[in-house]
Amino acid sequence: MSDAFSLECPLPLQQYPHVLLAHGGGGRLMQQLIDTFTTAFANAELHRRHDGAVLTLADARLAFTTDAFVVHPLFFPGGDIGKLAVFGTVNDLAMCGARALYLSVSFILEEGLPMETLWRVVQSMQAAAQEAHVQIVTGDTKVVDRGKGDGLFVSTSGIGIIEHNQHFGPEAVRPGDAILLSGDIGRHGIAIMAVREGLAFETEIASDCALLSTPVLQLLEAGIEVHCLRDLTRGGLAAALIEIAQTAKLCFQLEETAIPVRPEVQSACELLGLDPLYVANEGRFVAFVPETEAARALDVLRKVPVSAGACLIGHVTTDDPNGLVTLHTAIGTQRILDLLSGEQLPRIC
Amino acid sequence: MKFIDEYRNREAALRYAQRIAKITTRPWTIMEVCGGQTHAIVRFGIDELLPPGLTLVHGPGCPVCVTPVELIDKALAIASLPGVIFCSFGDMLRVPGSRGDLFSVKAQGADVRIVYSPLDAVRLAQQYPDREVVFFAVGFETTAPANALAVLEAHRRGLKNFSMLVAHVLVPPAMEAILQSPNNRVQGFLAAGHVCTVMGYREYEPIAKKYRVPIVVTGFEPLDLLQGLYMCIRQLEAGRFEVENQYTRSVRRQGNLTAQQHIREVFEVVPRKWRGIGELPQSGLGLRAPYRAYDAEQKFGVAPLAAQEASECIAGEVLQGAKKPTACPAFGTRCTPEHPLGAPMVSSEGACAAYYRYRRFTPSYVSGL
Repeated sequence: MSDAFSLECPLPLQQYPHVLLAHGGGGRLMQQLIDTFTTAFANAELHRRHDGAVLTLADARLAFTTDAFVVHPLFFPGGDIGKLAVFGTVNDLAMCGARALYLSVSFILEEGLPMETLWRVVQSMQAAAQEAHVQIVTGDTKVVDRGKGDGLFVSTSGIGIIEHNQHFGPEAVRPGDAILLSGDIGRHGIAIMAVREGLAFETEIASDCALLSTPVLQLLEAGIEVHCLRDLTRGGLAAALIEIAQTAKLCFQLEETAIPVRPEVQSACELLGLDPLYVANEGRFVAFVPETEAARALDVLRKVPVSAGACLIGHVTTDDPNGLVTLHTAIGTQRILDLLSGEQLPRIC
Repeated sequence: MKFIDEYRNREAALRYAQRIAKITTRPWTIMEVCGGQTHAIVRFGIDELLPPGLTLVHGPGCPVCVTPVELIDKALAIASLPGVIFCSFGDMLRVPGSRGDLFSVKAQGADVRIVYSPLDAVRLAQQYPDREVVFFAVGFETTAPANALAVLEAHRRGLKNFSMLVAHVLVPPAMEAILQSPNNRVQGFLAAGHVCTVMGYREYEPIAKKYRVPIVVTGFEPLDLLQGLYMCIRQLEAGRFEVENQYTRSVRRQGNLTAQQHIREVFEVVPRKWRGIGELPQSGLGLRAPYRAYDAEQKFGVAPLAAQEASECIAGEVLQGAKKPTACPAFGTRCTPEHPLGAPMVSSEGACAAYYRYRRFTPSYVSGL
């Protein structure tokens, strides 16, 4: 053996000349991609970086949002692509404090998709729309060659009406605010991974896919002062909070032990080397409210089944240009939560 | 969660931290060998609980980090061949070779798939008899038994379209390389619990004796790491240099004999090049002669590729524990997880990535104990 080490390292990959799957993973690469869009389409409403746009037309305040759904498999424990597409858009409107009224739907269908599959998705969307009290009032259909789509892609847009005078979003968050979470996290991501990869766990994990408009509208009807709402999707709780912290230029302090994770989700995460804080959800949201309103808000949320497990997970602390989210760990130390590059990757060992 | 929460108990962790502070009379430098331990230390902020003179340095035990760039380039070349299904564990996909990463070749049309077990790749080979299925066999002694089983299973099923790109490395030669380095400052080791679950720890006993360093086989939870550190410091303070086992719930001195037998059946010890360290004799595993038909390097005849280096990257010094990631001038600026200059910035087990995720900023209100 030689005394000196031959140090070596690869040439850097300065930037990706192609779109990677990681660009859709809810991490930093996706943020970069979104930045290019917001730069190109620049306007004040887009720069608020909220789940939907809030627009004033004549005397009415409306919320407007759009979302695309590309889940595989199309049907999974706890939901399917149709239910996701309706609830996802209605939930984004709810995060603007709006009652959803009308949706549009676009289908991109792959040649060869069984009609029966399409019909099941459509029926599921109809049932979801009924539950959400929205009407699907317009739509579009395209068919692509076999092999050029993954069976079925759905895109939905929605319009909702804002029937209160509160203005919320990341810019309304204040130091001292309480951060509330509507229930346990990580079930959707693990459920999808389990069916997609054929991972069998002792108990079946079902997606948390659910409608969030009821708890939000109840909060508003109870007259609770709300500063920001955000539903948790790709990138999980961590990505949602980091994005708000960075937009608001504030620090958040979370308590790890206050964040509920079901044992089966925790086990799956431990096994795969994943962090549940970064795993996707489809029926959970965070609410920023003044500390003085926290107890009352939790009372309201806990009376609604979908948010029965609502809890206080932390506070907004101070102004900070970096917008940091830190976690007070179970063993009493501090850890910074940062955006991942793309999706979480299962570890080697 | 049972068997996890007990090892993340706050009161017990603080008690151990106090015991460590009580017995530590001098500054010591201890290396945790395994990237999983590095990740846990930074994720749980364990270093915040330690007395100021105690320095933890992060070892070479991240399979993603030490796989040489030439081999990544070979993986990219094989994955790009028509008809190949290239299977890998998830975190290898972002490791840069000299001309891109597996994510990039996937985006350009290569069939690259993340698998959770090498046996998934064997199943794919059976499912697609007209395709060539290649598994990227990366890792230390921990992943070797499952990879050996995959070869044996492919052999049993008579699969001709399955092969492995083998990049297996062994821990003890890397520890010796670090101890022999003129700029070594490691005084004690936390050995990798999972590697020792497979291999046992008899092979560490001569190393402890020859280099007069204590080695404590240690687990991956906060209490494991604190107890491992306590045991290591207790030896250092007493001038002892023995191999001790903290991870008794998983590790036996002789290891898992069945797993070792599978490894010996399929693999033999070969010299290997380590990214950031260089070639070490007898430091890796390669396929034995009867199983050469499963060697993807031979099967696809990929030529050795000369790889260029990023001069700024100090991965070698980081992997040997000579420098902390934050000592690198490129850290967090020209080198980030999106645009890594070196492999330690890629894997979640890599020391640089762990520092980037958890330590990039030091908020003023964050304090230790």
